[in-house]
Amino acid sequence: MADTVTGAGAETLLERARWSVRAWWLMAGMWTRAVMSYRASFVLMLGANIMITSLDFFVVVLMFQHTDRLGGWTLPELGFLYGTSGIALGMANLFVGSTDALGARIRAGTLDTMLIRPAPALAQLCAERFSLRRLGRPVQAAAVLAWSLTALDVAWTWDRVLLVPVLLLCGTVIFSALFIGFATLQFWWGEAKEIQNSFTYGGATLLHYPPTIFAKELVAGVVFGIPLAFVNWLPALRILDRPDPLGLPAAFQYASPVAAALCAYVAGLLWRAGLRAYRGTGS
Amino acid sequence: MPVSAKPGGPPRGRPPRTATAGAARVYLAVAAGSFRRYSTYRAATLAGAFTNTVFGFILAYSFLALWQARPGLGGYDTAQAVTYIWVSQALLVTVAVWGGGFQDDVQERFRTGDIAVDLYRPVDFQGWWLAGDLGRAGFHLVARGAAPMIAGALVFDLRVPHDPLVWAGFLLSVLLAVLVSFGLRYLVVLTGFWLHDSDGVRSVMLVVSMFFSGMLLPIGLFPGLLGEIAPLLPWASLVQVPTDVFLERSTGAGLLGALGFQAAWAVVLLALGRIVQLLATRRVVVQGG
Repeated sequence: MADTVTGAGAETLLERARWSVRAWWLMAGMWTRAVMSYRASFVLMLGANIMITSLDFFVVVLMFQHTDRLGGWTLPELGFLYGTSGIALGMANLFVGSTDALGARIRAGTLDTMLIRPAPALAQLCAERFSLRRLGRPVQAAAVLAWSLTALDVAWTWDRVLLVPVLLLCGTVIFSALFIGFATLQFWWGEAKEIQNSFTYGGATLLHYPPTIFAKELVAGVVFGIPLAFVNWLPALRILDRPDPLGLPAAFQYASPVAAALCAYVAGLLWRAGLRAYRGTGS
Repeated sequence: MPVSAKPGGPPRGRPPRTATAGAARVYLAVAAGSFRRYSTYRAATLAGAFTNTVFGFILAYSFLALWQARPGLGGYDTAQAVTYIWVSQALLVTVAVWGGGFQDDVQERFRTGDIAVDLYRPVDFQGWWLAGDLGRAGFHLVARGAAPMIAGALVFDLRVPHDPLVWAGFLLSVLLAVLVSFGLRYLVVLTGFWLHDSDGVRSVMLVVSMFFSGMLLPIGLFPGLLGEIAPLLPWASLVQVPTDVFLERSTGAGLLGALGFQAAWAVVLLALGRIVQLLATRRVVVQGG
C-alpha cells in the first residue's frame, strides 16, 4: 500500500480519494470491533439514541393534535421533510461527525500523531471514535420517511422518483461539508465547537419544518448563503408539488448536486487552509 | 484564602472559628470559583449563546406557525408562545435540561477514582457539588440566557414583564429550578456507585427531562393522560414553571403555589439524594494500589 501513499506528484485525484476512503474504512472497522466488545452497552446506547431522535418527531405529531396543517403543509409532508433531513444529517454524522473533536485534539496535541501517520489526516479525524450507534438517527428518520411515503399522495413521475435518492445523497454530502467546514474553524478558534451544532443540528431542525413558516430573508439565506435548502426543501417542492415561497426558477429544485459539489469544494479549501495555519505546540 | 478554580480540591486554609459561618464561607467560595471557572471559556460561551439563538429563531417560527393555525392555543397568546421559546432557550443550559454541569466532573472522577478523595474531605459531598452547580447556573443565566433573549427581542414581539416583582419571582423560580435539576442529576450521578458508569441512565434521563420539562412543547398541550401526569412530575419545575412565572400566567396565589411546588420537589429530591448517598458510600471500593 505504501506505493499509493508516496509519490504525491504522480497520483491522480481519484487515487487519492480512493486511498482516503480506504483509510477511513479500515479505521472505522477497527473502532467498530473495539465498540463491539461491549455489546450490551452498545445496544443500550443505540436504543437511547433512537429514543432521543424520535422525540423531535413526536413533538411534531403532538403539534398536529391541535391543527391539521402547519404553514399549509400536512403531517405526512412534514414527515417527508423530517425523514429526508434526518437521514442526510444522520449519515453525515456517521461518516464525518467525529470532526467536532478537532479542537480537543489540537489542545491535547494528538492531532500531531495523525499528521505523521501515513494516511490522510482528514480521513483519520473523520473515522476517529467511529460508532455504529450513530445509526440510530438515520434508522429512525428512514422509518418516518417510509411512513410518509405511504401516507402521501404523490404523482410519481420519473423525475420525482429519481429526485428522492439524489436528494438523500446530496443532502448527506452537504451536511458532511458543513460538519468539516465548521469543524475547521477550530484551527483558529479552538473552543468554537458549538458553532458547528448551529448549522448541522440546527440546520436539520430548520429543515424539519416547511419553508413557508419562516421569514423570506431566512429562507433566502439558506438558499444563497449556507445552502441547506438544497438538502430537502427545494427538491421537496418539486416532489410534493408545492409552490416555492421565494418564486425561484424550477431549475433550483434540481440543483442539489451542484450545491453539494460546491459545499464539498469549499469545505476542502477550508480544511487545507486550516491545516496550513496549524502549528503544533510540540511536546 | 486561595480558591481552586478546578473541580475538586476544596480551598485550603485554617479551620474556621464557628462551624456554620465557616461552612457558609466555603460554599460561597466554591460557588464563586465555579462561576469564574465557567467564565474563563469565553469563545465557548459565545459559540454556545450563538447556538441558543439559532435554535431560538427556528423554534420561534415553528411556534408562530402553530399559533397562527390555532390562536390562543393552551391559553397562550402569540406573543406569549414566542416568548416561551426564548425563555426556554435561556433556561436550557442554566438548569441543565440536557444534564451536564457538575455531572461531567463527578463522572470523570468516578472514572479516575478521584471520587475516593472527594469522600475523604472535611466538606459535605452533596453541598460541595451543589454550591459549584449554583455558581455555574448563575454564569449560564447571564451568558447563555440574556444574550439570546436580547437577540430574540430584536426580531420578535416578546412579552417581557415590567413589574420588578415578577422578575424577582422569576429569578427565585429559576433558583428553585436549578435545585430540582441538581437533585435529579445528583441521583443519576450516584448510580455511578453501583454501575461505575452512569452514561446509560443519563441518556434515558435526557429523553424524559427534555420532554417532561416542557422544553419542546408547553406541558398544557400534551394530550390525555400525559397532560394530566406531566404537571405533577419534578421535571415540570425545570422549564414550564419558571416560564409561566415569566409570562405572568402564575400570579398571586398561583405564583406561591408554583414556587411551593418547586420547593417541595427540591426538598424531596435533595433528601433522597442524601439517603442514597449514605447507602452508596458504604459500598465504595477503592481500586488503588
